[in-house]
Amino acid sequence: MVIDTRTCIGCGDCVVACKNENKVPVGLNRDWVVEATRGEYPNLETEFRSERCNHCSHATCVTSCPTGASHHWKDSNIVLVAAEKCTGCKACIAACPYDARLIMHPDGYVDKCTFCHHRVDQGLDPACVSSCPTHCMHFGNLDDRDSVVSRLLRERRHKVLMPETGNQPHVYYLT
Amino acid sequence: MNRREFLKVSAALGAGTAVPAMLGGCATRPLPGSGEVTTTPTVCNMCFWQCAGTLYQEDGRPWKVVGHPDDPHCDGRLCTRGTGGIGAYDDPDRLRQPLLRVADGDGQRFEAVSWDEALDFIARRMTAIGEQHGKDRLALFSHGDGGKHFQRLLQAFGSHAYAHPSFAQCRGPRETAFGLTYGEGVGSPDRTDMANSRCIVLIGSHLGENLHNSQVQTFTRAIDNGATVITVDPRFSVAASKSQHWLAIKPGTDMALLLAWTNVLVNEGLYDRDYVARYCSGFDKLTAHVQPYNPEWAYLETGIEPAVIRATARVMAGNAPATLVHPGRHVTWYGDDTQRSRAIAILNALLGSWGRPGGFYRQEKVKLPAFPAPPLPKPSSDWKQTVQGDFPLVSTGISNRLVEHSIGDDAFIKGWFVYATNLPLTLPGATEQIKAAAESLELMVVVDTMPAEITGYADVVLPECTYLERYDDLRNKAERTPTLALRMPAFEPRQQSKPAWWMAKQLAEKLGLGRYFPWPDYTFVLDWQLKQVGSSLAEMQRLGVKRFARKTRPYFDDGEAIRFNTPSGRIELWSSLLAEVGQDPLPRYTPPERPPPGFYHLNYGRAPAHTFGRTINNPQLFELMPENTVWVHPSAAAVHGLVSSGYVRMENPNGRRSNGVRVRVTERIRPDSIFIVHGFGHSDERQRLARGVGADDAALMHNVKIDPVMGGTGMRASFVRLVDDDAAPQGGLT
Amino acid sequence: MIEEVLATARYNDKIDPSLGIWTWEIAFYLFLGGMAAGIMLFAAWAVLGGRRDTLPFAHDRFALWAPIALSLGMTTLFLDLEYKIHVFRFYTAFEPTSPMSWGAWVLVLIYPLMVAQILSTLRAGYPLLAGWLERLPGGAWLLDLCEGRRRLIAWLVIPLAVGLGIYTGVLLSAFSARPFWNSGMLGPLFLVSGMSTAAVLPLLAGVAGGEKKFFERTDLGLIAIELTLIALFLISLATGAAQHMQALQLVWGGEYTVPFWLWFVLPGLVIPLLLEIIAVRGNRQAAITAAVLVVAGGFMLRYLMVEIGQVSTWSQYAIQFDPQLLQRLVP
Ligand SMILES: Nc1nc2c(c(=O)[nH]1)N[C@H]1C(S)=C(S)[C@@H](COP(=O)(O)OP(=O)(O)OC[C@H]3O[C@@H](n4cnc5c(=O)[nH]c(N)nc54)[C@H](O)[C@@H]3O)O[C@H]1N2
Ligand SMILES: Nc1nc2c(c(=O)[nH]1)N[C@H]1C(S)=C(S)[C@@H](COP(=O)(O)OP(=O)(O)OC[C@H]3O[C@@H](n4cnc5c(=O)[nH]c(N)nc54)[C@H](O)[C@@H]3O)O[C@H]1N2
Ligand code: SF4
Ligand code: SF4
Ligand code: SF4
Ligand code: SF4
Ligand code: SF4
Ligand SMILES: [Mo]
Repeated sequence: MVIDTRTCIGCGDCVVACKNENKVPVGLNRDWVVEATRGEYPNLETEFRSERCNHCSHATCVTSCPTGASHHWKDSNIVLVAAEKCTGCKACIAACPYDARLIMHPDGYVDKCTFCHHRVDQGLDPACVSSCPTHCMHFGNLDDRDSVVSRLLRERRHKVLMPETGNQPHVYYLT
Repeated sequence: MNRREFLKVSAALGAGTAVPAMLGGCATRPLPGSGEVTTTPTVCNMCFWQCAGTLYQEDGRPWKVVGHPDDPHCDGRLCTRGTGGIGAYDDPDRLRQPLLRVADGDGQRFEAVSWDEALDFIARRMTAIGEQHGKDRLALFSHGDGGKHFQRLLQAFGSHAYAHPSFAQCRGPRETAFGLTYGEGVGSPDRTDMANSRCIVLIGSHLGENLHNSQVQTFTRAIDNGATVITVDPRFSVAASKSQHWLAIKPGTDMALLLAWTNVLVNEGLYDRDYVARYCSGFDKLTAHVQPYNPEWAYLETGIEPAVIRATARVMAGNAPATLVHPGRHVTWYGDDTQRSRAIAILNALLGSWGRPGGFYRQEKVKLPAFPAPPLPKPSSDWKQTVQGDFPLVSTGISNRLVEHSIGDDAFIKGWFVYATNLPLTLPGATEQIKAAAESLELMVVVDTMPAEITGYADVVLPECTYLERYDDLRNKAERTPTLALRMPAFEPRQQSKPAWWMAKQLAEKLGLGRYFPWPDYTFVLDWQLKQVGSSLAEMQRLGVKRFARKTRPYFDDGEAIRFNTPSGRIELWSSLLAEVGQDPLPRYTPPERPPPGFYHLNYGRAPAHTFGRTINNPQLFELMPENTVWVHPSAAAVHGLVSSGYVRMENPNGRRSNGVRVRVTERIRPDSIFIVHGFGHSDERQRLARGVGADDAALMHNVKIDPVMGGTGMRASFVRLVDDDAAPQGGLT
Repeated sequence: MIEEVLATARYNDKIDPSLGIWTWEIAFYLFLGGMAAGIMLFAAWAVLGGRRDTLPFAHDRFALWAPIALSLGMTTLFLDLEYKIHVFRFYTAFEPTSPMSWGAWVLVLIYPLMVAQILSTLRAGYPLLAGWLERLPGGAWLLDLCEGRRRLIAWLVIPLAVGLGIYTGVLLSAFSARPFWNSGMLGPLFLVSGMSTAAVLPLLAGVAGGEKKFFERTDLGLIAIELTLIALFLISLATGAAQHMQALQLVWGGEYTVPFWLWFVLPGLVIPLLLEIIAVRGNRQAAITAAVLVVAGGFMLRYLMVEIGQVSTWSQYAIQFDPQLLQRLVP
């Protein structure tokens, strides 16, 4: 997933869209928006970032899960929780440096952003991506050199959040 | 270590479902959309942009609303509020049945009554007013699609007075100013061609926070395309954060900047000579008029460096005519608003952007005939002359004027219908006036979906069903591509709520005016109209949105001869109509008032999560943004010993205090101003989420500046100080 | 100035404003797990050292306490699970990268060994129990078997118990996402603390004479080691990355300074240390007080560690809107 901070306006549509699409219980969020302001009036910079699970290659949530409930989906970078295997031990929550896990679903398992794999499987964009009114979010396959996301990362300056965690996150922010 | 209490929200919610699910064992969970999915076309009513969308249900339960891909208002994507639309339907605090004010001991209370009782009561009162004072004495306040039906009803009865707050509290100055200059207004959706702009100048417009859908979409597309953005705003708005040039102007001094830009364009010969010669009149008078307003002069007023003023003027000219000096939308600021909007209209004319790609396009709508019905009776009096005769250039109602003319025994207006507008939060500083009017009026009917503050003054409250439960008129707006969109019910109306068309028709029948509503059901009207343009209701129920071919061209052709709808037939830089009514034919600068010591400019605006006060109680949007915060610059915060997350009250010079409101210390606001998002501070106890949360800006506005040209209410000349009187947090469960 | 705020309200249960997924249940488990490991170690040590005469309690009776402690701990661990009927899932997988998975399987190994350890001294320690067991078919044979391999069992216990003790620390320190836990000192610290809390149990059980002296002295030494390890732990944070330094601030001037020093280090280590010095000279009152304080301190250590570790984080944003307001959404 590639998100352009130059056009993100911090509107939170991605958050509401996710909650509806995925029927996320009241009071819980799979995604959220951060507003970061640097400088002193009137020399300011404000950046909005829509954040969620980074679907890390080296996902500490997956490695810490004792039951294999947290796993990479179909050898992709998409990290999922198999609810039927989850004991609710919460090790994965403690293991995520991004605090990206929605935490206990009231039904007892850990829930988080799924990159809307149910939509991706049908060739659709994730709900947040396809709702974003500024078109600042892009989703695609980074292994495919011709995908929009690959092209954007080739052409634009970008960053990931806290690369020093070593988790190899895969939500990229264009700056 | 306060996080222990923090867990309650979902812990409590979880408790109910945990047990059965735990027993559910090891089954894999169904993925969203794997059940039985049905869809219904709709037109979003979370704000007035009217984006077409599709409502999804899964297994008979509401699932989501998404934008319609063919709709030019939304291009397939709804905004935050639109996406949260199901919350409007789901809101547990909605009005459920008609309410009638009845005496109860010494006081009064609302009694739930049947529709028949409620409508009979209204019909009786209307008839009594008609007999005692005349049939022309009712007024309609409306801000929404269903208002039309009540307008028809009142006109059939004999009352023509009406007002939309979207005029005198919103874009009235702009429509007036562009009308005076170009012979037509900007319209809604705004005819700005930002998708093609090379340079966009925003005077206050806070696109991004102001989330009018296609405005934001085209704005960000322009950014993607590398357009230069110049934002003039005393606050570091979202738009300012996207700009190459942020001009942090002293509040209220925009006119000085606009005149200085004009001065530079004219004196440096940067204006579009051919365009001006071909289409404009009054250029010489303008040139002479702006001579004193040079950038050095403007610097002293605005605080913006002369070099910056010149540089930005050159950028604007360099990209012309694909330079859009955005006309703004909510422009009732300091009272000189029509004149400021005129200065913007003039700048655009000098840049040649009106009618050109990247500037303003020409709008077109579908010619949809009206359903055949007997002609409405002619009015018996000229209400405009009576109520707002001193604003001869204004052809639409001025809400604040209608209120003033409803106060006292000899007032002209005797009864109100209020449809989908929450006047106490909408009319600035008008709490006392609305109270006085309510006491004088012989009838007040409020049609709303929610127990909004205005319902508290009503004699009768009529519950409307939400947009997801009703048909409304076809959406047919003048825009780039003529398009029709259908709103149809996805759900049965909740409780006893009904659509506006039904109420108006029932009431008409009780008043013996049924012949003006000659349809059994509104679907007949829609189907008939659609068949006149080669479609049908059945087709639209399937399509949702239908585009039609344009008959005119969206831009002026090179050298095209055009007759503008002004007295001279030209773009009037010097306005003959203004001269005629004794107003300045060219805009002049008046310095704004400055806050007294210890006070701050009361600045307000939008947040993307909410539409005014109407969505605060929407559970989905409340969850995103449950309160507003007061933005305070760190230097001001230091003076008052404030820290983020603390609570404080605002107090205006008349001693009126706000609720306690959460502090946000931020560099994004000028040290001489505070900022809050409009729409919070609901007082009605029946809105269980919104009640008592955050501060209401409208109530604090003590210095409302009336625009001498169009009568609008300038809302930005008010001041507040910060007082720390026991502004303790309202807490979660009060 | 840098201002990082959440632009949309976020208040995920047990994550916001700081992590709060684990509370007393986990702390209690870590505490009792460590204690069980300590018990097993002392019991094994007494056997290997052939100290039936000088340390009769440790030699014959102490081992039985270990499964009691551990089982209590396992119960609270189970209480913490949000999806309790899925507990069997721990044993349908082995995830080599997950310390919790290791823990689950280590427990499978530990339990039989524990039982064996008890059986190996049951006749001497708890004749009544042994008598009942002998009446069961194969009971006598089992007792004979274990008694005969007493030393072998004790040898096996040593590494596994050390593993269990260290594991209670490693479980936390393996979370690189929680800087406060992310120190190599946590394993040894928890092991030593577990031994220390185990060492005072015989004193509370009322052992006398040489055995009393032995445990008093041993605990004195363990507390001294524990204090050193705590110092090393803090130093390891202080020399770590920015997140670690920030985590250190929590107990060094920050929110948890008072709980850490005044509720744990002082009453849980320093005071017992002083009391035990007095106790060694024969003050019974001081010995009991010290023992109680050590046990309480042992729990406090786990409790604070669990709590502070969760507060320490890589990502933290200021909260703009009052999350308490969201209570209103609860019907
Ligand atoms: N999310 C959301 N979007 C909305 C709405 C909503 O309720 N919610 N409402 C819609 C409606 S009806 C309207 S009319 C529009 C209104 O939206 P706009 O037309 O954009 O309204 P403005 O009043 O121009 O915008 C407020 C901005 O003006 C700045 N400002 C304050 N004082 C001054 C000044 O003296 N000079 C200058 N240059 N700037 C100043 C403020 O700092 C703030 O950034 O928004 C529309 N969009
Ligand atoms: N202080 C201050 N005042 C302002 C502004 C400001 O920024 N600050 N902004 C001004 C501007 S730009 C505008 S456009 C106006 C807007 O002013 P309003 O239109 O009055 O604003 P809303 O709060 O949206 O009020 C709409 C009412 O309609 C009800 N409603 C919502 N949906 C429906 C429906 O489907 N049917 C019916 N019958 N009712 C419905 C809501 O419950 C609410 O009570 O306010 C103006 N006034
Ligand atoms: S919807 Fe798009 S623009 Fe809005 S906050 Fe999310 S990413 Fe940013
Ligand atoms: S962001 Fe956190 S939850 Fe998501 S894959 Fe990475 S470690 Fe796991
Ligand atoms: S809570 Fe569930 S997903 Fe997370 S580590 Fe435990 S078993 Fe795995
Ligand atoms: S990808 Fe799907 S699950 Fe993840 S944040 Fe977006 S909408 Fe939510
Ligand atoms: S702009 Fe947003 S709220 Fe307004 S109609 Fe469109 S989707 Fe609905
Ligand atoms: Mo407006």
